[in-house]
Order: sequence, then structure tokens, then C-alpha cells
Amino acid sequence: MTYTGSNERSKQTSGEGSSEQSLLTQEARRQVTGRPLVEIQGLSKSFAFRPVLRGIALSLWAGERLALLGANGAGKTTLLRILACLTRPTAGQALVAGLDCVQDAQEVRRLVGLVAHQPYLYEELTALENLLFFARMYGVARGRERALSLLERVGLARRARDRVGSLSRGQLQRLALARALLHRPRLLLLDEAETGLDEAGTALLSALLAEHMADGGTLILTTHRPEFALQEADRLVMLKGGRIVYQEATAGLDLSQVRWAYQEVVG
Amino acid sequence: MNRLSALRLFCSQVLAILGKDIRYELRSKQTWLGMGLFALLVFVIFNFAFDLRVENRAAVAPGALWVAFVFASLLGLGRTIAAEREGGSLDRLLLCPVDRRAIYLAKLLGNLLFIGIVELVALPIFAALFAVPLFSGELLPIVLLGTLGVATIGTLFSAMTAATRARELLLPLLVFPLIVPVVIAAVRATGALMIAAPNEPPWLGLLAAFDVIFLSLAFLTFSYVIEE
Repeated sequence: MTYTGSNERSKQTSGEGSSEQSLLTQEARRQVTGRPLVEIQGLSKSFAFRPVLRGIALSLWAGERLALLGANGAGKTTLLRILACLTRPTAGQALVAGLDCVQDAQEVRRLVGLVAHQPYLYEELTALENLLFFARMYGVARGRERALSLLERVGLARRARDRVGSLSRGQLQRLALARALLHRPRLLLLDEAETGLDEAGTALLSALLAEHMADGGTLILTTHRPEFALQEADRLVMLKGGRIVYQEATAGLDLSQVRWAYQEVVG
Repeated sequence: MNRLSALRLFCSQVLAILGKDIRYELRSKQTWLGMGLFALLVFVIFNFAFDLRVENRAAVAPGALWVAFVFASLLGLGRTIAAEREGGSLDRLLLCPVDRRAIYLAKLLGNLLFIGIVELVALPIFAALFAVPLFSGELLPIVLLGTLGVATIGTLFSAMTAATRARELLLPLLVFPLIVPVVIAAVRATGALMIAAPNEPPWLGLLAAFDVIFLSLAFLTFSYVIEE
């Protein structure tokens, strides 16, 4: 099972989260951007001599949506953490917009938004104070306006002045999304972001992702739900033992095929 | 980004982290209360333990004062980065495109502020308990420079030990040996205010020199300490 290279998606298979941007062919993206937004070559990572990623090679064009699937410990989160400049690779290279995730980490951080397992928020501060703090960290112009509009967008305008510690799991996840989108990142990284969201929350997530893509964004998400991956991504990549074992465009794939492949990989 | 806007962003980030820490501390009240109560307890215990007479007060008071300040400071310093790791992790700060020196500077300023307030409250109580004439214009630079020395090293090592399970044990073990020169200089300089001693080295100058060295080292090494 290898990636076919055909990224063209029909409107029928793109689902609600699709956008004009995601309908671009890989060739069109190449012509527009010149080089992939994300380039990963020979990327390896070990923790205390235990390899977590082994020679990952991957590239992603601006406007593409990639879903990473795999069992727990397959290396999905580590890959996202390297792209977010939170972890240094043991070997190999990861570039975002031509910038090295180790050498040019500060510049890369400006381009990347991450929603991780933890919400990365301060519990003693209110929802608004959290967003205002991160707006200043990212140097967001008109930070207050942006924070308030995002709170409205994620349905937390009424809880703006409540401490984050008092929010539910789903509300925390929504606020974490707002935090990640605050600086309008070019590359959005979602690490099982749909976890903890109810139906309305998942619909909101899909809508926010569609807006991000419509704004010219690029997406890498990890999930354990094949249906979510099929709905939100143009390409599926499955990891096993730190290696890419499956790569396929979602165009033309149906859910049963993805589930079968996922079961084969996860075991 | 030109230098001016980079500097502006740096200052804005320092103030944002500092403001966040102050707001956080005002709400949780964990650090200030603990440090303040600890300093007061040390003063009271020393006061009774030494059974001070008029002639030996001046000899004991500077040591007691700085022991209280140093131990109380360590209580607060341990919280500096540990609070960042609680309820999440340091990643939320490291994820941002913020110069690691800005994080250090903000944490250092926060520590100086927290320790400074505790000292401000503790000094009059100390003067009353020990009946020593501590309030002179020269005490201020000694306290400032001594506190800066302790906070500079303490902030760096609190970042180093925050990820460890035994940080409460490790922090004093690492910090105390390094701040010995600062404590000696601060105690001797404070003592010299009470009993004029001939041929004393320029303790204040030494304190300033230690601070400059520690501050430079901390600025150079902090990003390596805090990152993976």
C-alpha cells in the first residue's frame, strides 16, 4: 500500500470540511508554492535509546490536509512535536516553509499552531486572559479583538471571564483550538483534537478547519478515528513502530477500506 | 523584523509573562504567603534560640537576616517554573515564538518582586525583634544586590530541576553551594553597617561582580536548560 500521488478530491468525497483550497491538485499546489510547505527527510527520534521515529520521509504541500493514524506509541505525537519545535529530532531534518525546525525554531513557531493532548492553557487565568496572553506572546496585532472574535467563534463568549479551571473538557478543547488559531498559523497541527468534543463540538472543529483551509492553511492531524481522518484529510499516513507503513490519498477511498487498513496497521 | 520591533516584542513578551505570573500568584497566593510566614518563623526562632544580649545582637543579626531571606527565597524560587509545569507543562510557553531569555528575564523579575515584597514586610519585624538599627540608606543596595544574586542562580536552577521528581530536594542542594559567595558578601556587608570594621573588602562591589557573572552565565545557558 503506497501513496498514489493523486490528491484530487471530488466534491462528493470532500465532506463538510472541504474548501476550494483542498480541491487543488498536487500539481497546482506545486505551481503556486514552488516547494512543499512541510519537508521531512530521514527523520528519526529516540528517547533514551528507544527509537520512536525511524527515518520518516514526508512532504506536504500548502493547502493539503494530512491525517496521521497509528496505534498508541506509533510516533504520531512525536512527529507533531518535532514540527512544533518542542522536540529535537535525533537524526534527519524537518522543514516548514523552508525553515529548519531546529535551526530556525523561532520562525517556525510563528507559522505553526498546535492543539495537543493538554490544552496548554493557564487554569488560574480566565479564558480571555489566556488568549490575550498568547496574543502578546505571538505578537498578534489587535490581540483583544482577535481573542474576543475567536471566543465568539468557538462558542465561549459567555465564559470569557471565567477561569479556565472551571471549564469542562469540551470547552477546554474549544479554547485550545482558539489558542492555536490565534496567530493565524500557516500549519495547524492537531493531536487527537476531536477527543472530548461532543457532536456540536466536532461540527465546530470541522467548520474551523474548513475556515483555516479556506484562509490558505495546511493541516496535519492525528486521530484514532478512521471516519474523522477520511472526512478531514486529503491524504492518510499510517505509522507503525515509528515507520510509515501506509500512505494513500483519500480520494476514492471509502470508510471500509480505511478501517481495514487501520486494523491491519494497528493489529 | 528589524531590531527595534524585535526589542519591542521582547519587552512585550517579558511584561506579558511577568504580568501573568503576578496575576497567577495574586489568585493562588501560594508563594508570597509561604515565603513571608517562613521568614517570620525563622526570625522568631533565631530570636529565642540565641538568647541575644545587647553586645552579641549585631554579630548574629546579619546572619539570621540572610539565612531567613535565602531560605524563604528558595521556597518561592522552587515555584517559579514548577508552577508553569503544573496543570499542563512548560510546553505552552515553549510553543510560543518567545526568546528564551525573555522567559528567564520575566521569571527573574517575578522572583525579585516576590522576594522583595517579603523582604519589605520582614525587615521591620526583624529590626523590632532583634532591636538592631537596620534602617539606613546603605542597606538598600546590599539587600537589592544580595537578592539579585540569589534570584539569578535560583531562577536558572529552578528551571533545571522543575522536570525532576525531587525538585524540592535538588534545588537547595544545587543552589546553596553556588550562592555561598553572595551570602558571605551580603552578611559581611550588612554586619559592617552595624559594627564598623577596618580593612574590610569592598563587599558591595563583590556582590555586584557576583551578580554580573551569575546573570551573564544564566542568560547564556538558560535556553539550553529549558529546552529538551
